[in-house]
Amino acid sequence: MNILSLFILIPLLTIIAILFTGNMKQTRVVSAIGMGIQLLMSALLIYLYLTERNAGNTAAMLFYYDAVWFPTLNIHYTIGVDGISVAMIGLTSIVVFAGIFASWMVDYLYREFFISLILLASGVFGFFISLDLFTMFLFYELAVIPMYLLIGLWGSGPKEYSAMKLTLMLMAGSALLFVAILGIYFYSAPSGSQLTFNLLEIAKNKIPIEMQRFLFPFTFIGFGVLGALFPFHTWSPDGHASAPTAVSMLHAGVLMKLGGYGVFRVAIYLMPEAAHEQAWIFLIMTGVSVVYGAFGAVVQKDLKYINAYSSVSHCGLVLFAILMMNQTAMNGAVIQMISHGLMTALFFALIGMIYGRTHTRLINEMGGLMKVLPFLGVVYVIAGLASLGLPGLSGFVAEMTIFVGSFQHTDTFHRVLTIVACSSIVITAVYILRVVGTLLFGPIKNDHFLHLKDAMWFERLSTLTLLIAIAAIGMAPLWLSNMINFSLGPIVEKINGVATVAGLF
Amino acid sequence: MSIYDFMTMRHELILVCLVLLVLIIDLNLKKSQKHRIIPIAISLFFIHTVIGFLPAQTGELFGGMYKTTGLTILMKNILNVGVLIILFQSTTWLKKEENGEKISEFYILLLSTLVGMNFMISSGDFLMLYLGLELATIPMAALAAYTHHQSRSAEAGIKLILSSALSSGILLFGLSLIYGSTGSIYFDTVGALYSNAPMQVLAFIFFFTGMAFKISLVPFHLWTADVYEGSPVNVTSYFSVISKGASAFILIMVMYTVFHSIAYLWKDIVYLVAVLTMTIGNLFALRQKNMKRFLAFSSIAQAGFILLGIIGGNKIGMTATVYFVLVYIFSNLGAFGVISAISAKTGKESMDDYDGLYATNPKLTLLMMLSVFSLAGIPPVAGFFGKFFLFTSAASGGYYWLVFIAVLNATISLYYYLLVVKAMFINKNDTPIAFFKSDIMTRIGLFVCALGIFVIGFWSQVYEFIDKLTFAIIN
Repeated sequence: MNILSLFILIPLLTIIAILFTGNMKQTRVVSAIGMGIQLLMSALLIYLYLTERNAGNTAAMLFYYDAVWFPTLNIHYTIGVDGISVAMIGLTSIVVFAGIFASWMVDYLYREFFISLILLASGVFGFFISLDLFTMFLFYELAVIPMYLLIGLWGSGPKEYSAMKLTLMLMAGSALLFVAILGIYFYSAPSGSQLTFNLLEIAKNKIPIEMQRFLFPFTFIGFGVLGALFPFHTWSPDGHASAPTAVSMLHAGVLMKLGGYGVFRVAIYLMPEAAHEQAWIFLIMTGVSVVYGAFGAVVQKDLKYINAYSSVSHCGLVLFAILMMNQTAMNGAVIQMISHGLMTALFFALIGMIYGRTHTRLINEMGGLMKVLPFLGVVYVIAGLASLGLPGLSGFVAEMTIFVGSFQHTDTFHRVLTIVACSSIVITAVYILRVVGTLLFGPIKNDHFLHLKDAMWFERLSTLTLLIAIAAIGMAPLWLSNMINFSLGPIVEKINGVATVAGLF
Repeated sequence: MSIYDFMTMRHELILVCLVLLVLIIDLNLKKSQKHRIIPIAISLFFIHTVIGFLPAQTGELFGGMYKTTGLTILMKNILNVGVLIILFQSTTWLKKEENGEKISEFYILLLSTLVGMNFMISSGDFLMLYLGLELATIPMAALAAYTHHQSRSAEAGIKLILSSALSSGILLFGLSLIYGSTGSIYFDTVGALYSNAPMQVLAFIFFFTGMAFKISLVPFHLWTADVYEGSPVNVTSYFSVISKGASAFILIMVMYTVFHSIAYLWKDIVYLVAVLTMTIGNLFALRQKNMKRFLAFSSIAQAGFILLGIIGGNKIGMTATVYFVLVYIFSNLGAFGVISAISAKTGKESMDDYDGLYATNPKLTLLMMLSVFSLAGIPPVAGFFGKFFLFTSAASGGYYWLVFIAVLNATISLYYYLLVVKAMFINKNDTPIAFFKSDIMTRIGLFVCALGIFVIGFWSQVYEFIDKLTFAIIN
């Protein structure tokens, strides 16, 4: 069996195993084992991938497997990975693993909780390994829909409203995507020959420019909704704030990356001409996302809202970098996806743990937590430093690469936008340091906080997993960067090989 | 002509025998034993369904009035499976005291309408089509008024018969114009002679209106909600699933074979009606609190989706339509099955009564969730595949904006489908519906739905099999 199919199979087997568990203890142990295996599998996958590349295999996609599903419409189950998808799979399995331990104490309908969580994860894994637009879309929607129950049942605050808003907005995004996929399908091959959903096949064919002009916005905005593109980001703060810890982690850490990955893999890769033409519109939108999200985070008072807005800003940066369409910036975009995925998951995990102890998420009501919760406090500081781009942690590598790449454009429009986006670094520092200052230092405002207990073993495991990954990328970014660059090369070449159509600027 | 030739009419003949057999058996049952007819009727119909799947010969009868092709057999089999599920699901309700003496009437009426639908599907000319239509409609009014001691049910019956009579009149007027302008009522001849002469266009519009009544397309849908709400649940599910499916089958066959020469004209009409039907059906469904009414309006929206398959005008379109109806049968019957099980045990039909259902009846809740997800077109259940293929067919004709409107409507519909999920899972309730067990046959009916919802999508052979039998608009 192909190693990639296991990434869907293991979660499904875990779900079946959970059905047979008797109590809460068994359920969470089974989930942890299943996702632990998944984590080892993705380590194995990275190892196998690198071995294969070192052996000189230069195929675009490795571990390629293709099976016909619906012959008449030429729908296939096609899977394969390149450096980018391997990195994303690695990210997903780390975050899911950490998420299981972060939700160790979920006791209300625990079986259903872990099943929904793992179902969501399997959708994400399926999305990253798919090379067929049909299965890709199927997994995309599969990843979105468990969110409704996860937020609605186990969330907090106005959870029903948030769950409905999130689901409907993401589904409306996928409605745009649906049209785009059908359009791509019917122009996937020269007229008269067999149509296909296979990404690699479609890429060989040039979609007529008129169709590209029509379909590109559909695809970009469709994925952009999930990537929290301004002004379609409003589901994100509400959804994240109401979601239970593990779901926020998974959603901000992984699910929002589906948007960036999709924009890159489908929108820009398949329709480079339209991408060049329309990039300026979307560059402005993403630029607004970056700055607006950062300012939004400054004025928020609720920890989760702060982090949600900072996610809007960081995910905006991913789309921003992808639209720059050069090798360096896109490399930065992928590293930023991974770096932000780990950071934000860590943040949400910590916020969940702090909320579980203080029962409030408003920063004004807290203070001096460093004294009572030294472990969580230290990890929070490190996460914060990673988020504001301290060298040695993953955030620095990502943002540095992105801005260097963006600045390679010599025209005024790109330069100005890059400088505007750069300002988000400063704003990020403002809100991160402000939160760290009020939350962790200063006097303790509530006597009740004096009796709080520091992190339990499962919480330490959850946060340390993420922390190690963040530090690893920060210390040794090259192996990741190389892995991505190798696959990025031919793609960027294809995108920029169409320089015949110049953009507006 | 030999007896053997009549074997092409196998589906209808066996069904008629079955109706008579149920009648005769019922005559010989004592008053206290009337409920014994339930297992007998179900097993007889089960045998009929199985026979339907055996290899059959195809051909024509009565000089082309009656045709059997692989496709008609498939359509009849799909309907048979649906009816079988309904028969299974209806047992708990039928066993109730109040239905004691008229159990067999339920079967006789139901199966008579099925005979009518089978004739409609096999019709080769407009006369047969009309006869089938009437046979399918009139017993249906009696079914709607089955619990006639309730005024709502009686009202549903009279509403159905009046609106059906009107729509039949309109349809018949269209047919008379067709006959007047072409001199024939045979599909093949009419199809060959049809052009865009004003009278013939008018004839088509009348015909389409008549059929639109039956499928409850907007603006001819007004009877639907009241009739659906007034009828007993299992009858409602029959209306909204079997009757609608059969009408969709017939509409697409007639549109493709008879009116193909004015396809460029009717595509505009279908476009408009599809947009109206989806949107208005959805907007009304948003506010419904009664589960039956809610499903009635949602099924109007679903009918709008079916039109997207018709508008493609190609082979993908017909395959997708038949496939969608098959998926729709399982998903909608899953939802109706749960409603019927709950209604039969507790009499509760309002959405508020479903609050907190998951705590007490997890299995029913899960089936309901699967069904509404399938209706909303959420993967990995069958509805996703059904909708994807339907929209693919519309996109193949270049109708991207129509597809966009349809997918947006699917998103709107997701809102009210999620309301049901929300009621069952999230809403708190001090007095939820207590745990209960339906009888074994009802449970079989529900289980088959769950199985179908799961399997049909992934099992691509179903789609491929349908695709072998369908055809595109003749040019």
